[in-house]
Amino acid sequence: MDLTLLVIQCLNGLQLGILLFLLASGLTLTFGIMDLVNLAHASLYMVGAFICASLTFATGSFVWGVVLALPLTGLVGYALERGVIRHLYTRNHLDHVLATFGLILIFDTLAHLIWGAEGIAVPLPGFLDGQVELAAGIVFPTFRLVIIVGGLLVAGGLYGLVNHTRLGMLIRAGASNRTMVSALGIDIQTLFALVFALGAVLAGLAGMLIAPITEASIGMGNEIIITAFVVIIVGGIGSMRGAFLAAMLIGLIDTLGRSYIDDLFKAVMSAAAAETAAPAVSAMLIYILMAVVLTFRPQGLFPPKVR
Amino acid sequence: MLKTLLAGAALAAMLVAPAGAAEVKVGFVTTLTTPAGVIGKDMQDAVNLAVEHIGGKMGDLDVNVIFEDDGFKPETGKQATDKLVQQDDVTFVAGFIWSHVLLASRKSALDAGKFLISSNAGPSPIAGKLCHENFFSTSWQNDQTPMAMGEVLNQQGVNSIYIMAPNYAAGKNMVAGVERTFKGEIKGKDFTKWGKDAQLDFSAELAKAKASGAEGIFVFYPGKAGGAFVKQYQQAGLQGKVPLYSVFTVDSISLPKFQAANMDGVLGSQMTQFWAPDLDNEQNKKFVLAFKEKYGRYPSFYAAQSYDTIYLIKSAVEAVGGDLTNMDGMRAAMKKADFPSVRGKFTYGNNHMPVQNFYLREVVKDADGVWTTKVVSTVYENHQDPYAGECSMQ
Amino acid sequence: MAVSRSTGSSRQAGIPLTALATLGVLVALAVIPPLLQAAGQEFYLTVATRLVCLAIAAVSLNLILGYGGMVSFGHAAYIGIGAYAVGIPVHHETYGDWDLVASYSGFFHILLAVAVSALFALVTGALSLRTKGVYFIMITMAFSQMAFFLFVSMETYGGDDGLVIDTPSEFPGVDLGDPLSLYFVCYGVLLAAVYLVHRLVNSRFGMVIRGAMGNDARMKAVGFNTYVYRLTAYVISGAMCGLAGALLGNFTTFISPEMIDWTRSGELMFMVILGGAGTLAGPVAGAISFIVLEEVLKHFTIYWHLPFGVLLVLTVLFFRGGIMGMVRSLEERWRG
Repeated sequence: MDLTLLVIQCLNGLQLGILLFLLASGLTLTFGIMDLVNLAHASLYMVGAFICASLTFATGSFVWGVVLALPLTGLVGYALERGVIRHLYTRNHLDHVLATFGLILIFDTLAHLIWGAEGIAVPLPGFLDGQVELAAGIVFPTFRLVIIVGGLLVAGGLYGLVNHTRLGMLIRAGASNRTMVSALGIDIQTLFALVFALGAVLAGLAGMLIAPITEASIGMGNEIIITAFVVIIVGGIGSMRGAFLAAMLIGLIDTLGRSYIDDLFKAVMSAAAAETAAPAVSAMLIYILMAVVLTFRPQGLFPPKVR
Repeated sequence: MLKTLLAGAALAAMLVAPAGAAEVKVGFVTTLTTPAGVIGKDMQDAVNLAVEHIGGKMGDLDVNVIFEDDGFKPETGKQATDKLVQQDDVTFVAGFIWSHVLLASRKSALDAGKFLISSNAGPSPIAGKLCHENFFSTSWQNDQTPMAMGEVLNQQGVNSIYIMAPNYAAGKNMVAGVERTFKGEIKGKDFTKWGKDAQLDFSAELAKAKASGAEGIFVFYPGKAGGAFVKQYQQAGLQGKVPLYSVFTVDSISLPKFQAANMDGVLGSQMTQFWAPDLDNEQNKKFVLAFKEKYGRYPSFYAAQSYDTIYLIKSAVEAVGGDLTNMDGMRAAMKKADFPSVRGKFTYGNNHMPVQNFYLREVVKDADGVWTTKVVSTVYENHQDPYAGECSMQ
Repeated sequence: MAVSRSTGSSRQAGIPLTALATLGVLVALAVIPPLLQAAGQEFYLTVATRLVCLAIAAVSLNLILGYGGMVSFGHAAYIGIGAYAVGIPVHHETYGDWDLVASYSGFFHILLAVAVSALFALVTGALSLRTKGVYFIMITMAFSQMAFFLFVSMETYGGDDGLVIDTPSEFPGVDLGDPLSLYFVCYGVLLAAVYLVHRLVNSRFGMVIRGAMGNDARMKAVGFNTYVYRLTAYVISGAMCGLAGALLGNFTTFISPEMIDWTRSGELMFMVILGGAGTLAGPVAGAISFIVLEEVLKHFTIYWHLPFGVLLVLTVLFFRGGIMGMVRSLEERWRG
């Protein structure tokens, strides 16, 4: 096996994992604290990408685009929470799934009306657009490296926020015992809205980072949200640590599966059969992982301690 | 069943259509929502332009085109076709970007005794064992374009390629097509996840392609996946090292986006196609000029095929003097392909697929600095698809 | 996860409005579409046939969701399995190979659809029912995604492009190629499905399922192995939905993996909630409202997803208990 290729593929997997973590962290926060299943998280990912794309063209710089789009996406999230989401907290998960599914339809159509169907390709500034040689023979796109490093910094920041600030303390307390937190006289309404907006910013950031690689397009989030749900289910809903580790695991499994499964299959079956089976199995891989995890650990790998 | 349907349709027509309206109804099924809606928009614009160019008339009859959205889903496409056939009682059902939508809708239109015209999709069954006397295509069969590309690779002395395509029937047709003619070595092949949850991040595959040492990359990525692929191809640093040969990936729909994002890596990349905006014939000059004037952009090949669709129908309606019950007459007229086509003169094969030329095209800047494609050379002359023999029609 | 308050025993004094509404919905379905067809509006019969097929699926989902609190987000998988159970035998009978399953016989198709769906439900249900709440929602979805990719990979049957069903299932004396016959067959199956659910939920079996939804621990304490009961309900529901898929396959004469998409599962859930979960006629009323709404909105704009989404959100927020819930509260008000 080609070692250089393996290293590159691991980096690719890591980069996918980081993006999944950015999405999943918001999901797991809102789930852990508000007990909310939010499919429309996918729409915030898309909204972030589109706002950033528009601003990139308006300001002429991708970096400015991201900097300005982050608070705007947070604002969209805040408005969404105030307008619709907060009415859902007292409802069951089934209602959450349906209402937020409706929100996806609304956001997708609005995006179509505002930005058109064609999608927007986001240009990168020159210093991000090239490749870097990490070691002899290991050449990796600069921007993907930026995603990995930036994502790790955000993950570190979240860790600090959750474990070493007052807001984080409330978040942790809310995740394990919601009634207790509100009984202590905390303004739970504001806390919820803030947490939701934070989740929106994280999802938006993921969308902004993927836009220069693929593009901003309608329904882009509906494709990845299911994977993000798989991440938080595998990691254990409500657990930030679980979300991080599961995101990395799934990013690596998905990428390495796509790279090596056909070679693996070719060793045991005919080339033609392998060619047919490999894409199907690599697409199924993460769902198989999830089914296996839930079979042995119905609460995921790292369930939060008290529920 | 046919009888009941026809009787029902006739009744419906009496109930619904205002009496005495002499018009020819054309149903046009395409994708107007989802990101693929941009393709449908291009086709819709071209159809409207064609109707304008013929003065809204075919012979003495007014033209009434009814557009329906298939939502990129075969089931929705079939529902739309059912509606056109049963409620609107159209004579022609045209459009169809996607092979699966066409295959799903095929029976609804043909069983009801309507003409079915594909303005894009060309899956192998329709050209072969499922061929039908009332089916016509104004595009091509899936295998033909990549076959031409395989020929180009041989001519240019490319010894090895790496292949990437989405994992669905058209993707497999495309790969089969290039493998049919390409004589060199295939260093590797990746079929990536397609459908609603399509894979758009090709980092793993590009890394493999780079490591394989192939002399070129052949890809087929229609729609938004094409844009994503070209960007990542450039970001991965393959540009200038491993040349890109594509089919249906870089087109007039994606080029403006590439230009806006300044992705000049796509300039000079090569593809094969049955048509190009700079193809030198009267009808094409008129079409491209008017399209650019009216919509402010180059038409795509989807638009070209849709424009031809209206002219093909016009030739049929005028041949029978507007007698829309004369199916045999209209069929015979269409079979002659006796209309001004934007691709120049072509003929129909026994399976009603065009027998036509294929060209090598290259991405260039035009006189105004707008990115477009131009013809480099003719790869095939009067090329017929390889499935015609499987069709039982003469 | 209580979805609705009381669960429909219709043994009340007088003529209960809910029973009347149930009857009304079913009679309307028997009468209106054929009349429209006779009036030359063939297209509406087509719409109605699709509606009835989806209504059967919604009824099957209601059995576990409405009465058992099992929120399956993967019921579209059974529709796909059922439709392929028609498409695959027909394909082989027409083009050869695989003589074991090659057949045009409708009885064989139905048997295959029901058996394979039941088996799939048994295996996935046995694993899924170990989990609860949102984990259950997501694991059922994961299994349907696996089914999706499985069908995508089956190149013999068209893969992502789907499979054309060349001829409908053959039954002695009935031609499913005739739209009206097909409609009445689907309608008959719907009646049977509604009746079966009615009998089930009012039996001892149904008491246990409903009891387990309210308080699983108590039912266990009383000595019921609720896991087995719930799994049985899950399997029955899956098999019933597979049957709906077989009919839908006959209707569309085409099947593609797209039918198994997770959004389809979401639509089925919406039908159940819109009509009223845990009520007998709720899913049928829901399917009718859903399809009619879709057709009407589509008629006005290609951007119909926008008003549709708004209605979906509003329904969840303000229309609790669905259509049948509204009927019931009317009834309560009327009684004083």
